[in-house]
Amino acid sequence: MQEKKENNAQNKFARERYAALVKRMTPKSAFGQGCFRAFWVGGLICVLGQALADGAHAWLGLSSAASLTFASVALIFLTAFLTGIGVFDRIARYAGAGTLVPTTGFANAMVAPAMEFKPEGWIMGTGVRLFSIAGPVLVYGISASAAVGILYYFIRW
Amino acid sequence: MTVYLKAFFVGGLFCVVGEALILKTKLTPARILVSYVVAGVLLSAAGLYGPLVRFAGAGATVPLTGFGHALAQGAIAAVQETGLLGAFTGGVSASSGAIAAAVFFGLITALLFRAKPKDT
Repeated sequence: MQEKKENNAQNKFARERYAALVKRMTPKSAFGQGCFRAFWVGGLICVLGQALADGAHAWLGLSSAASLTFASVALIFLTAFLTGIGVFDRIARYAGAGTLVPTTGFANAMVAPAMEFKPEGWIMGTGVRLFSIAGPVLVYGISASAAVGILYYFIRW
Repeated sequence: MTVYLKAFFVGGLFCVVGEALILKTKLTPARILVSYVVAGVLLSAAGLYGPLVRFAGAGATVPLTGFGHALAQGAIAAVQETGLLGAFTGGVSASSGAIAAAVFFGLITALLFRAKPKDT
């Protein structure tokens, strides 16, 4: 009897401590929650990328630079597949920038509109919409790299 | 093991910055993607991104800034090899894997799957 009472008291103590812990760990605002979700999902995607790169390095014998490229290609494949079966959208709605900022965001931005505008035809639908967001990314990315290359030719820092 | 921790924290941090930009400014996702790639090109050209890749591995190459880094380093390396022409061949060569994969898998996915009606 005495023991049971002690047990109850202990349980109550544990419950209160747990409630306090949950309260402390739960982000207080939409901003905090958004950042928290983006952080852990985005971080996990990068860990997956690192694991893919290490695997390619160990089992396929790729150089460390090539294995990082392999990891990007594999993540792009995975994103395309998950977008196709409709799962990526659900993850992205939870994670926000956590799936947008990694290479998965680039891949999804190509695949999703290409799928959505398929009814408008293979050329003007899928073919054009593949680049509706990737287009600007490539335009400014490639232009910036060409500018860096030209500058480097003249200055060689 | 530590490389995974570094990848997690650095990669996660890139995403937190993106999330903060989305929530605090009116930047659309398309603008975020463009900004990240261009920022990666600039950081790489300034010599800041290379050390980050050596530190965090995929934590630095998987975010889109890593795509910009590949573009910039490709252009610089090609200029060293072939001169001015390299400014135009190097960037796309170095990032061709990701570009071709996204185009190819994007097309195949569009071929195989139908977009679900949006449930909002």
